[in-house]
Amino acid sequence: MIEDYLVLSVILFCIGILGVISRRNVFTVLMSIELMLNAANLAFVAFARLNETMDGQILAMMVIAVAAAEAALGLAVIILLHRQKGRLDSNVFSLLKG
Amino acid sequence: MEHTVNYLVCIPLLPLAGAFVLGMMHMFTCKNPLPEKLYSFLAMLGPLGSLIFTLIVFATLREMPAESRYLTQDLFTWFSAGDLHVDMGLFADPLSTLFLLFVTFIGSLIHIYSIGYMAGEENYGKYFAYFNLFLGSMLILVLGSGPVVMFIGWEAVGLCSYLLISFYTKERDNVLAGNKAFIVNRVGDLGFVLGVAVLFWGLHSSLGGAGFDYLNIKASAATLTGGAGLAVCLLLFIGATGKSAQIPLYVWLPDAMAGPTPVSALIHAATMVTAGVYMVARFSFLYASFPLAGDVVAWVGILTALLAAIIGCFQRDIKKILAYSTVSQLGYMFAGVGVAAYSAGIFHVFTHSFFKALLFLGAGSVIYALHHEQDIWKMGGLKKKMPLTWIVMVVGALALAGFPPFAGFFSKDEILFMALAKGHWMIWLIGVCVAGLTAFYSFRLIFLVFHGEPRDQKSYEKAHEPPPVMTIPLIILAIGATFAGFFNLPAFFAGDSMVSTWLAPSLLEHHSEASRITEGVAMVLSIAVVLLGIFYAWKKFAFKPEDKPLIGFAKWAEDKFYVDEFYDAFIVQPWIAFGRTISNFIEPNIVDLPAQGTAWLYGVLGMLFKVFQAGYVRVYAIYMVIGLSLMSIFLSQSL
Repeated sequence: MIEDYLVLSVILFCIGILGVISRRNVFTVLMSIELMLNAANLAFVAFARLNETMDGQILAMMVIAVAAAEAALGLAVIILLHRQKGRLDSNVFSLLKG
Repeated sequence: MEHTVNYLVCIPLLPLAGAFVLGMMHMFTCKNPLPEKLYSFLAMLGPLGSLIFTLIVFATLREMPAESRYLTQDLFTWFSAGDLHVDMGLFADPLSTLFLLFVTFIGSLIHIYSIGYMAGEENYGKYFAYFNLFLGSMLILVLGSGPVVMFIGWEAVGLCSYLLISFYTKERDNVLAGNKAFIVNRVGDLGFVLGVAVLFWGLHSSLGGAGFDYLNIKASAATLTGGAGLAVCLLLFIGATGKSAQIPLYVWLPDAMAGPTPVSALIHAATMVTAGVYMVARFSFLYASFPLAGDVVAWVGILTALLAAIIGCFQRDIKKILAYSTVSQLGYMFAGVGVAAYSAGIFHVFTHSFFKALLFLGAGSVIYALHHEQDIWKMGGLKKKMPLTWIVMVVGALALAGFPPFAGFFSKDEILFMALAKGHWMIWLIGVCVAGLTAFYSFRLIFLVFHGEPRDQKSYEKAHEPPPVMTIPLIILAIGATFAGFFNLPAFFAGDSMVSTWLAPSLLEHHSEASRITEGVAMVLSIAVVLLGIFYAWKKFAFKPEDKPLIGFAKWAEDKFYVDEFYDAFIVQPWIAFGRTISNFIEPNIVDLPAQGTAWLYGVLGMLFKVFQAGYVRVYAIYMVIGLSLMSIFLSQSL
C-alpha cells in the first residue's frame, strides 16, 4: 500500500529532475521544480498516514507555502531575466562559464 | 642607605618628551612653520631639566659613603625568559654621573648655540626634535642599568647620528655619508650584541635568574671562564670601534661632518663617539682580568691616534681636520682604558668634550661667517674680523695640543704617564709623537684660518663675528677648556686627583707608582714635543703659506691612505656583487622555486577543472543531482 505512494512519488521526482536537467526554457524548469516539491509532499503525506501522526501533514503544508513564495520569487526573476536578454533560454545565461 | 630613587627616569625622559612634542609640532605644521622662538624655547626645556636633575643626582651621590655610591630605579620588567631576566632600569654611579654631567651641560650649551647657527634654516623644528631625541638616547645609554638597556641608547644614538648627518637631505653626498655612518656602525653593533650574548651565556648559571645588570654581572664576573671572557672583551671592543671610530671602523666619522656643525660638535666629538670608551670603562672589571684584551684595546687605540693624526696634518677641510683629530683623541682614550688607566681615559673624555666642542663650535662660527666656506686654504687673516672666535679657537687648540695649563695637558699626560708607569713604553713613545703631530695640525689650522693675509678677499670682506647666542656658549666652553684640567690635578702638582677619586668606586684599576723624576721627565719631554709641533706649524704656515699640490707621502696622507678605496674594492664591491648574485640568480631561480612551482600547479589544476564550469544552469543541476544521489547512498548505508 505505502509502496505504491512512494513509487509514484519517486516517479514524479524523477520526472522533475529530468525536466530541470533537460529543458532549456526557464519556465519549464520552474514547473519541474514544483513537480519535485510535490513529489516530496506526496511522500510526506503517505508517511504521515502510515504512522498516524500529523507531523508529515504539517510539513507538507509548509512546503506548499514555501513553494508558493518560491514561485512568486521565481516568476519575478524570470521577468527580470527576460528584460535582460529578451529570451528565456537558460543557455543564454552562462556568465559562470569557466 | 636607600639606593632606590624615583627621579632618575626624568633625566632621559625630559629630552625624549621634548623630542616627541617638537616632532609632532613640526609634522603638523611643516607647511607653514611655527615661529622659531617657540621651537627654541621648547627645545631648551628638556636639556636644562635634565641638567637640573643630574645636579640633584650628583649632590645625592656625594652624600653617600664612597664604597656604596649608586642610585637605581627599576621601571618595569622588560622581559624574562629562562635565566635571562632584564629589567628596564636606570643606574647612576660615579662613572655614569660624570658622563651625565658633561653630556647635559655641553648638550645644553650646544642647544643654545644651535639657536643661532640654525636660524632661518629649513626644517628648524625637525632639527631640534632630532637633537632632543639624541640627548635623551645618550642619557639612556649612560644611565642604563645593564648592557641590554644600554643597547637601546646605543642604537638610538646611532639612529640620531644618521638622521642628523643626512640632515641636509637635498644633497646626495650627505645622504650617502649618513648611510655610511649607519652601515659601518651596524658592523660594530653586531660585535656588541654578540659580546653581550656571550657574556650572558658565560654567566647564566651563576646569575641564576637574577637581573642581567651591571651590579649582578660584576658580582658574578669571577665565574667567567678565560676563553669566554676574552671573547666578551674583544666582541664588545668591536662594538666600541664602530661607535667610537677606531681602526678598522673609523672611516665613517670624517664623512659624518656632512651634518650641521653643532651636530658634529655634540654627537661626533663630545658625546656619542665617547660611548665606546664609556662601555670599556663600564666593563673595567672584565678588561682588568683579561690583560690581553686590554693590550688589544690599547694598541688599536694608539695606532688609530697615530694614523688619524698623520691624516689630519694634510686635510684642507676645517671640519675634516677636527674630525680626524677627534678620531686621534679617541685613540688616546682607548690607549688609556686599554692600559687599565680607566680614570685617565675617562678624564680625557671629559676634557676632550669641552675643547673639542669648543673647536667645532668655533669652526662653526667661521663657517657661518664665511657663508659655508670650509676650505682652510680659502681663509686667512680672520683674526682682525673675528677676534673673539680667534681667542677661543686658540684656547681650544692649546687644549687639544696639550699645552699646560689647558685641559688637554692634564688628561693626555695622565694617559701617557700611566702607559709609561705600567710598562707600555712603546705606547708612550707613539703617544708622544702623536702629541707633536696634534700640536702641528691644530696650529696649522689656527695659522691658516686666522693669521697671514686673506686668500679669498671677497668672503673676507663679508666676514663678521656671530651673534651673542653663539658666542656665549663659546666663551663658557673656552673657560671649561682652560680650567677643566684642574679637576684632576695629579699629585705631582700637589693636586688631589679629584676626578680619579670620584670615579674610583666604579672602576677596577690599580694605580701604578712611578718615581717623580720619571713623571717630570716624561712631562717635560711631551711639552717639548708640543712646542716643537707648534713651532714647526708657525714657521711653515704663519707667514707666507704656499698651497702647492702635495706629492709622495703627503699626497697619500691627504687621500687618507686610500683606506676608503681599499674598503670599497675589497669589501663593499665584493659584497655588492654577492648581493647582485643573490638577487639576480639565486633568488629567482632557487628561493622562489617552491612558490613558482605552486603557482604552476594551481594553474594546471585550474585548466583541468575549468572544463566542468560550463556556465549552463542545467549542468550545475546535474552536478547537484549527482551529489545528492551520492549523499543519499552514503546515508542509506549508515542506517
